[in-house]
Amino acid sequence: MIRIDSVTKRYPDGTVAVDRLSLEIPDRSITVLVGPSGCGKTTTLRMINRMVEPTEGSILLDGEDIQRRPVTALRRSMGYVIQNAGLFQHRTIVDNIATVPRMLGWGKQRARERAAELMQRVGLDTSLARRYPYQLSGGQQQRVGVARALAADPPVLLMDEPFSAVDPVVRKGLQDELLRIQEELGKTIVFVTHDIDEAIKLGTMVAVLREGGRLAQYAPPAELLSAPADGFVEDFLGADRGIRRLSFFDSAALELTTDSVVPADATADRIAAAPDPYLLVTDADGRPLGWAERDGQAGGDLAAERLLPYGRPFVPGADSLRVALDCAVLSPTGWAVAVDDGGRVTGVVSQQTIGEAIRAAHTERAAHTERSAHTGSRTHPRKDEAGVAE
Amino acid sequence: MNVLNFVNAFFSDSAHWHGYDGIPQRFWEHVQYSLLALAVAAAIGLPVGLLTGHTGRGGNALALIANAARALPSFGLLVLAVLLIGFGLLPVMIPLVVLAVPPILVTTYEAVRSVDPSPVDAARGMGMRESRILFQVELPVALPLVLSGLRSAAIQIVSTATIAAYVSLGGLGRYIVDGLYQRDYEKVVGGATLVAVLALLTLAVFWAAGRLAVSPGVRRR
Ligand SMILES: Nc1ncnc2c1ncn2[C@@H]1O[C@H](COP(=O)(O)OP(=O)(O)OP(=O)(O)O)[C@@H](O)[C@H]1O
Ligand SMILES: [Mg+2]
Repeated sequence: MIRIDSVTKRYPDGTVAVDRLSLEIPDRSITVLVGPSGCGKTTTLRMINRMVEPTEGSILLDGEDIQRRPVTALRRSMGYVIQNAGLFQHRTIVDNIATVPRMLGWGKQRARERAAELMQRVGLDTSLARRYPYQLSGGQQQRVGVARALAADPPVLLMDEPFSAVDPVVRKGLQDELLRIQEELGKTIVFVTHDIDEAIKLGTMVAVLREGGRLAQYAPPAELLSAPADGFVEDFLGADRGIRRLSFFDSAALELTTDSVVPADATADRIAAAPDPYLLVTDADGRPLGWAERDGQAGGDLAAERLLPYGRPFVPGADSLRVALDCAVLSPTGWAVAVDDGGRVTGVVSQQTIGEAIRAAHTERAAHTERSAHTGSRTHPRKDEAGVAE
Repeated sequence: MNVLNFVNAFFSDSAHWHGYDGIPQRFWEHVQYSLLALAVAAAIGLPVGLLTGHTGRGGNALALIANAARALPSFGLLVLAVLLIGFGLLPVMIPLVVLAVPPILVTTYEAVRSVDPSPVDAARGMGMRESRILFQVELPVALPLVLSGLRSAAIQIVSTATIAAYVSLGGLGRYIVDGLYQRDYEKVVGGATLVAVLALLTLAVFWAAGRLAVSPGVRRR
C-alpha cells in the first residue's frame, strides 16, 4: 500500500502545488487522481517516484518511507507511463520495451523475449517489434509505453494522462485494454487524468483534487456520483451524473415479461392473448426479428409483416441499468429487448419498469451509503440528495 | 590563361607528385594537422557541450565565450602564438583549436538542449542514471546535430590549416604561400584546389559517419 501522509509541495517560486494531501492507495487496484488543470495531479504522482521531493509530509510504500529507499531502486520498482509515451526514437519497439530489464542486467535474449511477451499482452502485433517509434500510430506508441513500464514486472504503475493525446475511439480501446491487463496482473496503479469519465470508468478509488492541490473527495466512483462532497465536485462531475451513475447498477434484477414475445408462426389466439399493443416477433431459434402491432394481425406468418426494428438489445447481468435504459429510450416502442449470451430473447421490459428499478436501486444504495458513512468513509453525503435518490 | 588551365598545368606536372614537396606528402601533412586540431577541439567542445546541454546550466556563459572566440582572427592568433612560444606545431594548433571549439561546443549544447524532454523524463522515471540518460537517450537523438557541429568545425580547420605554411610548416598552404612568393600562380591555384578537394572529402566522411552512426529511427528513413 502507498500512503501519502499530509504531503505539501511548495515549488521554489512559492507555488503550492499540493497542500497537506493524505491518501491511502490500496494495493492491486486503480486509484485515479482527477481534477482541473494545475491542481497538482502530476506533482502528486511524481512525488511517489521521487521525481519531485515533497516539502512537508511523507510517503510510505508498504510502511517504509520512500526517502529511505535509493532513488533508482525505488523508480525501477515502479512503472512510469507519460502522456506522449516518451519512447526512445533511436531504439526499435522491442528494445524500447526491454529497457528496464536490460538496466537490471538481464541478458539481451531474455529481455527481448520478455518484450515480445509484453507486446502481446498490451495488444500489439509482434510484427511491429523491429519498427521504430515514428513508424507507429499514437495509440500504438502509447501501448508500447505501457508495455515498457510493465517490462520488469513492477508492483506499482504510475500513469500520467497516458491516453489523453489519442482520439476518443482509440482512447476507449486503450482504457478497455488497461482494465483487462489489470484483471490479469493486479498491479497497484495510480492513474492521473483530467477526464472525469475516464476516472469513473477506470478507478476503483477516485481522488478529486481542486485548485491549490487540496483533496475535495476520495471515494469509489459510484459513491462520487451518488454523494458528491460539495458543489465543486458536483460541478466537476458534470450535468448528467444521475444517468452515468446508472452504470453502477446491475440490470439482472429487472423484471422481464415474455407475454408480448411471440414466435413468427404464432396463432391468432396467441396474438390476441398478448397484453400490450406491440409484439416482439422472434425467429425459430428465439432471436429477435422486430416489433409488430398486435391489433389487426391474423397470425400464421408474422415475419412477412413490415416489422419495426428492435434496436439494440441488452444482456441482463452483463449490462448495467444505464445500458438497459438506453435500449428502452432508443426502442421505437419504448420497450427494451433482453437477450442471453447467445442472442436469444429472454424477455422485454418497459421504460416504466426500468424507471421503477432505478428508484429501487437508488433507495437501496442510499441506505448502504448511510451505513458506510458511520464506519469511517471519508465522504460526506450531501443533505439535499432528493433529486437523485428517495 | 584561365584558372582551369592553371589547374590542369599544376596537376599534370609529374614533378608535383613526389618528394617532400609532392602532393601526397603535403596532402597527408594537411590531413594530420586538421585531424589533430579537430581531435583537440572535440576533446574540449564535446564534453563541455554535452554536460551543459544535459544540465541546461551555463548556456549563456557558453554563448558569450563562443562568440568572443569567433571574433578572434586566426592569423593574428598565430602571430601572437609564435611571438610567445616560437615556431613549431603548437602555435599553429592554438588558432585552429580556438577556431573549431565554438561551433562544436555551441552546436552540441543546442543539440542536447533541443532533445524532446519526454523520453528523458520517462528514462529518469524508470530509474536510469544521469550518465546513461545523457549517452543512451539524449546523445543518440542529438547525434545528427552534434555531427553537423563537428563537420563545420572540420571544414573551417581544413581551410584555415593553410596558415601552417606561414610558420615554415608543411601542408597544402605551402603551395599557396610559396606560389604567391614566387608569383607562380599555377601553384597557388593548384594548392587552393587541393584544399577544396580535402574539404569535399571531409564532407563525404561526415556524411558516411552520419549514415553509420545515426539510428534509422532518428533519421526516419
Ligand atoms: N517545476 C515547477 N516549478 C514551479 N511551479 C510548478 C512546477 N511544476 C508545476 N508547477 C505548478 O504547480 C501547480 C500544479 O502543477 P501540476 O503539473 O502538478 O498540475 P496538474 O494537475 O498535473 O495539471 P495538468 O492537468 O495541467 O497537467 C501548477 O500551478 C503549476 O504551475
Ligand atoms: Mg499534469
